[in-house]
Amino acid sequence: MGLIDIKIEGQPYKVEEGLTILEAARQCGYDIPSLCTFNHGECSLGSCRVCLVEATGARGLVASCVYPVAPGMEIKISSPKAVKARRTSVELLLSNHNQNCQQCRKNDNCELLNVAKLTGARENVFQGEKTPTTLDEVTPSIVRDTSKCVLCGRCIARCKAAHGLSVLGFENRGFSTIVGPAGNKSFADSPCLLCGQCVSVCPTGALMEKSEIWKIDQAMAEGKHVIVQTAPAVRASLGEEFGMPIGTPVTGKMAAALRRLGFAKVYDTNFGADLTIMEEASELLSRIKNNGTLPMLTSCSPGWVNYAEYYYGDCLDHLSTCKSPHEMEGAILKSYYAEWNHIDPKDIFVVSVMPCTAKKFEKERPALANEAGLPDVDAVITTRELGDLIKRSGINFAKLPDEDFDQDLVGTYTGAGVIFGVTGGVMEAALRSAYFALEGKEYGPINFTEVRGLQGLKEATLTMGGKEIKVAIASGMVNVKPIMDDIRAGKSPYTFIEVMCCPGGCIAGGGQSYVKPALLPNEDLNILDTYKEKRAAALYSEDERQAYRQSHNNPQIQHLYSGYLGVPNGHKAHKLLHTTYQSDRVRFK
Amino acid sequence: MAKLNGAALAQINAICDRYADTKTPLMMILSDIQREYGYIPIEVQEIVSERTGISVAEIYGVVTFYSFFSLTPKGKYVIGCCLGTACYVKDAQKVIDKFSDELKIAPGQTSDDGLFTLDALRCIGACGIAPAVTINGTVYPKVTVDQVPEIIASYRSQEA
Repeated sequence: MGLIDIKIEGQPYKVEEGLTILEAARQCGYDIPSLCTFNHGECSLGSCRVCLVEATGARGLVASCVYPVAPGMEIKISSPKAVKARRTSVELLLSNHNQNCQQCRKNDNCELLNVAKLTGARENVFQGEKTPTTLDEVTPSIVRDTSKCVLCGRCIARCKAAHGLSVLGFENRGFSTIVGPAGNKSFADSPCLLCGQCVSVCPTGALMEKSEIWKIDQAMAEGKHVIVQTAPAVRASLGEEFGMPIGTPVTGKMAAALRRLGFAKVYDTNFGADLTIMEEASELLSRIKNNGTLPMLTSCSPGWVNYAEYYYGDCLDHLSTCKSPHEMEGAILKSYYAEWNHIDPKDIFVVSVMPCTAKKFEKERPALANEAGLPDVDAVITTRELGDLIKRSGINFAKLPDEDFDQDLVGTYTGAGVIFGVTGGVMEAALRSAYFALEGKEYGPINFTEVRGLQGLKEATLTMGGKEIKVAIASGMVNVKPIMDDIRAGKSPYTFIEVMCCPGGCIAGGGQSYVKPALLPNEDLNILDTYKEKRAAALYSEDERQAYRQSHNNPQIQHLYSGYLGVPNGHKAHKLLHTTYQSDRVRFK
Repeated sequence: MAKLNGAALAQINAICDRYADTKTPLMMILSDIQREYGYIPIEVQEIVSERTGISVAEIYGVVTFYSFFSLTPKGKYVIGCCLGTACYVKDAQKVIDKFSDELKIAPGQTSDDGLFTLDALRCIGACGIAPAVTINGTVYPKVTVDQVPEIIASYRSQEA
């Protein structure tokens, strides 16, 4: 498309034809107050009327998020008429909004509060009836509070785009309209993956993770031995909670902060990831050798496991029986670590910091507990909750020194573990170890770059041990469905498939820091298109810096097997590190 | 899903079959179900979802948006009182209130004997004969409060 001449506030600009006024203005350096994500299509209903401007050639004021620029158009953002109209739009939204902003956990990331400030909305201008609301706190993962919903529909669009599901939808009509699962049911009674993608796009506090910070407080108050572990993807995002540029790796500061928060031990889930690779790679090789069920699918992502159980209950034997890395780590902490340190497992409280809301649900699965019913993991908090916890403690994150994780017993990790946080990472980590097992030597270049990249679906064919292995990597259930349909029909060409629920993998998980362009004036204009790459780069660079790059070379993993577990996939490993799935989950209750 | 009996399941599936080759079949399917099955409970929406690939949340949104669709069974005779602007200024509110009093049900409800459902409609485009009432497709023009008991009686007598 060609360039056209327009004027904004009397200044001439050349912009691309076809852009909306909002996008064009943004490129020219004007952020029109709006509730938009600037992300072509996600909430382009044009119904909130927050971004009204004057534009020549249009009748009345126009919603700049949907109105396209035209040659010669003169746009006025700060005319008295436009300023007043935007303020009124926000005041009307606020009139039907639960304004408990002081107590709302979203208040530092609330786009409605932001436009209220920007437009100068006044208090209680319009008072009257409010739409009856629903508060759903049933699942351990996501809280839905429709008293804070502005009906933008971003959550609906995201669920559909990422997973092809749209668990959420608009219900009823006019003033009674709310957004919820069919029948205004709880997420618990709907086929929701609990992945939190909807949470990550919600402009207000209508969708949030269910906080578990209180559980940590309680465990500490009870004098428990509280151990924390952090998932690989968290380090690539946590800095954003403290205003750092997206993609700033903060591994050292995170370890330092966790130590100052009073955790008895600060470990990295990467150890669990290395352990997962040992188990998963050996499970795969054994399936290949013994004509077991193939293709084998990874099982690290709890949102994906939910999807598999809800929609492909007849294909669950394709799922690796491996527990996810933080669950393995938890199981080892409450057995091996407990025995080694003479601590009663009942006194150990394991906290996982995860980029994920589905992990909160996962940890409560009955199958992820020991024989005595003691859960492997006791609390899961998101990257955002960790940010809150650090802020609450008064720690100045930016000024912390870089420290290491605790290194004893289950502390060291390899670069293979680090890259679990990005789509293709589990596959690459598994290939590094599978290559060694089949070829008897390390893969020369170390990196399997053919499985990297943020596309929703990738495939590669590799030759190992004289055999061709065809693999696929998929993220976002919209990309997984065709693969599963092939598996169900018995015509899948693959041997091994990595599946991650969230598009791009855990770096873009539903528990990661919010990426809201309107609140990130210092990031690039196209940050929504580039933030995943930036976070992925943080992980790949940490991988490069590690002394060990393959899970099987982790000395503490080797020690764990030689001194405690025996062999991968052996009897003891199976008891502690493998799990079962539910084939009979009902989609609608 | 188990709550539907075999005959109902077959009926819903047959309706879905009619529109198997239609590009955007949802409204047609829902209209037919409403007309032939009488209402569209969530169990039925689940079947339509399975058949069309449209999520239940989306279908539920459509069903709750249009007042023509109902989540609960409707009576044998569905009385629709238009409350659009023209009918309203011609005292339609009094007419619907009279139906409500006579049948002892509020708008949106169905009588205990399952005979009558009373619906408040937005403009049905019959402004020239306001206030208008429709009963199972039959239009009653310029209805007065006094006519209401007779109209009800005429349907009751068909049942006797």
